[in-house]
Amino acid sequence: METVIEVQGLTKSFGSFKAVDHLNFKVAKGEIFGFLGANGAGKTTAMRMLCGLSKPTSGSARVAGYDVQLNPEKVKQNIGYMSQRFSLYDDLKVEENIRLFAGIYGIPRPLIKTQTEALLEKLHFTEERNTMVRALPLGWKQKLAFSVAVFHQPKVVFLDEPTGGVDPVTRRQFWELIYEAAAQGITVFVTTHYMDEAEYCDRLSMMVDGRIEALDSPQQLKEKMGVASMDEVFRLLARKAKRTE
Amino acid sequence: MDKMIVVEKITKHYEQVEALSNISLTINKGELFGLVGPDGAGKSTLFRILATLLLPDKGKAWINGVDVVKHYKKIRSSIGYMPGRFSLYQDLSVEENLNFYASVFGTTLEENYALIEDIYRYLLPFKERKAGKLSGGMKQKLALCCALIHAPSILFLDEPTTGVDPTSRQEFWETLSKLKEKGMTILVSTPYMDEAVLCDRIALMQEGQLMKVDTPQQIIDQFDKALWKVSAKNMYGLLKDMRLSPLVEQCYTFGQYLHFTFVQEELDALVAYLKQKGHQEIEIAPTAVTIEDCYLQLTDV
Amino acid sequence: MNIFSAFVKKEFFHIFRDRRTILILLVMPIVQIILFGFAISVEIQQIRVAFVVSASSPSKTSIQQLARKVDANEICSVTHWYSSVDAVDAAMKKGEIDVAFCFQEKEPHHLQVQMLIDAVNPTIATSESYYLEAIVTDFLRKQQLNTQKSSAVSLIQPSVQMLYNPQMLSAYNFVPGVMGLIFILICTLMTSISIVRETETGTMEILLVSPVRPIYMIFAKMVPYFVISCINLATILLLAYFLLHIPMTGSIISICLLSFLYIFLSLSLGLLISTVVKSQVAAMIGSIMGLMIPVTLLSGMIFPVENMPWALQRVTAIVPARWYISAMRKLMIEGVSITHVSTEIMVLVGMSVFVLLLAFKNFKNRL
Repeated sequence: METVIEVQGLTKSFGSFKAVDHLNFKVAKGEIFGFLGANGAGKTTAMRMLCGLSKPTSGSARVAGYDVQLNPEKVKQNIGYMSQRFSLYDDLKVEENIRLFAGIYGIPRPLIKTQTEALLEKLHFTEERNTMVRALPLGWKQKLAFSVAVFHQPKVVFLDEPTGGVDPVTRRQFWELIYEAAAQGITVFVTTHYMDEAEYCDRLSMMVDGRIEALDSPQQLKEKMGVASMDEVFRLLARKAKRTE
Repeated sequence: MDKMIVVEKITKHYEQVEALSNISLTINKGELFGLVGPDGAGKSTLFRILATLLLPDKGKAWINGVDVVKHYKKIRSSIGYMPGRFSLYQDLSVEENLNFYASVFGTTLEENYALIEDIYRYLLPFKERKAGKLSGGMKQKLALCCALIHAPSILFLDEPTTGVDPTSRQEFWETLSKLKEKGMTILVSTPYMDEAVLCDRIALMQEGQLMKVDTPQQIIDQFDKALWKVSAKNMYGLLKDMRLSPLVEQCYTFGQYLHFTFVQEELDALVAYLKQKGHQEIEIAPTAVTIEDCYLQLTDV
Repeated sequence: MNIFSAFVKKEFFHIFRDRRTILILLVMPIVQIILFGFAISVEIQQIRVAFVVSASSPSKTSIQQLARKVDANEICSVTHWYSSVDAVDAAMKKGEIDVAFCFQEKEPHHLQVQMLIDAVNPTIATSESYYLEAIVTDFLRKQQLNTQKSSAVSLIQPSVQMLYNPQMLSAYNFVPGVMGLIFILICTLMTSISIVRETETGTMEILLVSPVRPIYMIFAKMVPYFVISCINLATILLLAYFLLHIPMTGSIISICLLSFLYIFLSLSLGLLISTVVKSQVAAMIGSIMGLMIPVTLLSGMIFPVENMPWALQRVTAIVPARWYISAMRKLMIEGVSITHVSTEIMVLVGMSVFVLLLAFKNFKNRL
């Protein structure tokens, strides 16, 4: 199977503090890869390096076929990114946001119009096309933000805690969008604090103190550790943490 | 039982949007009460009305018998409020934040130390650190300490665990149950069902209305259908095919399975249908109802 | 009281933790005073004068007397002597001279003087012409008195004397202006931003749910900026006295009292802005557009109010800085007693009361 993310010995130090410590893993095309860890375990730092936003101290990572250190611009062209904090412009309308990001990602002009219509249709947003994004409920915003992040059909999409503060119904709708993207061959790299969501991933990695402590499918992880739920898996692993923030 | 919070027919509009429509609710003294619902359901609006920060358009509310509109000053000294987003001074240290809020409420850190000790001991190693530099879990513990510093009789917590990792969430809820044992009334809102079951009673909220108010167990008991779970190799394909089947009433993802209810219980027909669609490793069985299933049924995905 | 001191302490923490801002607040007045005092001055520093006299001129002695008189003046110096007017153009273009006196004898004992001035900067050229004209007229008058003693012709010569600011130093005018600007900047801008920040970050939500009375919160916000303004007031007065040699003829106590009043008014304005706007950006725009621009343009700091059209003069009446600057000029430079600026004081007090009342009325007890 085609490998889309390949990480070898990826390390990021801030002085003597190793925020990310020798990560090694591969993610295949179309896979939903969950990236778990307690607050401060180093997830965000690792994700930033994979997106070409920060340079590794040592080690290497190839994302979408490009080295993040040598070709960060190429990497950025081939990925989508969505975070809880920044997603869309609050003071632009729904349609304006879609068109803006379509333009930013270099979608040809004639395609933008038809694709925007198709997206509005798919999300059942046709009536809200002229609504300011700030007036949308959080769950809608997140769905829209995700759709915008994969609008240009990137090879990988990075999602940083995409469903914080969202209720079960909206979260399910959100995950169905993720499934759909994965079925189209987009690799999904997602961090979450919710273990029921972790179950939806094909494979999970669990970061503790900057290192990957476990990496397997949810089912395998539960069996290996002899527990019934992912919540317990998380707690057992997180307990190994020695770092105090 | 003594009534701590009484809400009577409260309505609140923001321009054209009706945030709360005709809500009535009673919360007893010493109860851990959960408001469960999606963003925009009106949870924060209800919190703000009870915390005397907003005026209702219609209706009345009392806290411990005191009217929230007329005697708002009296209420303000007896409640602890933790807003939905992190609302402490990022450029002040942990200790400075605590001392400041203590002074604001006319008390000192030492006076009510016993109440916050449990949480504060996690923060002690970082007491010199600026609040803005804390991790999500630590910020939330600090915010709770600040809300508790004046020993309020009621605690309002608006989505306290958003963005917090599972370990910190568990610690947080353990703290809440300890506070409850000390006789504190706690009103907490959450979009997460695993937290909802930890409450004494919950209110399921949607679009400004209360759909159901009851204990989690009773809500589960009221689930009137047989619930099944199913899994196969290709889960996304399975979900799509299940939704297309006329035999299936409602189907949604649930951890590593899909949960569904039948229109008419015809198990063999369903299995045959799925096999015909080419699904492999089909596993199908009845399953126990959880509060999340109830929520999903009530809001009808 | 305990609550109040806790608030004040917190405000000082906010201010001192933001090193860059506090540095700007304390250094800015110094930079502005120095800039206005030296760099952006419109006064004449030095006039280099050339004399153009044909070699055969019979009046050479009296011309040389005039040259000595011009040279004796502290800001003038005779730097060049030319025998033909053609040289003047080149020298002026090279920037070697500012003014040239050209002497011509139409008939014996009738000397004609032509003054050529580099008028690239018209303001300076005008001042130069007045200045030199005065010297020449004075010289001629004395000459006439010497030669025509018997004829007793009474010559009426206007004698122009610059009062208070004999050299017409612009720093004298700018110092009160800079003060008017700085206090608005620190008090109004910073106070409004710091209050709105609490709303933006959500801390206001918690404070409102506490038993604290809003008045504490507001006065606590004012204290640190008042202190910083006082430091700035001292810096500016010291710089004005020792560096710009402004005489400070008026009483220092009156100057300080008037400044305190103006600082208080600026703080109240900041509070008023914070009750109207919702974001820090809006507070900043409101303070800058609504106050700083009027202070620079309509207060008389740069453009004299007297020269404005009637309608605009009326508008300046609502700019607090106009009253403050006008009163400060009287106190600092004219050295009048505080009773002479009672109109300005009354206006500033009235404005303060009005603004403060409006702000309290607007301050919300809820979200």
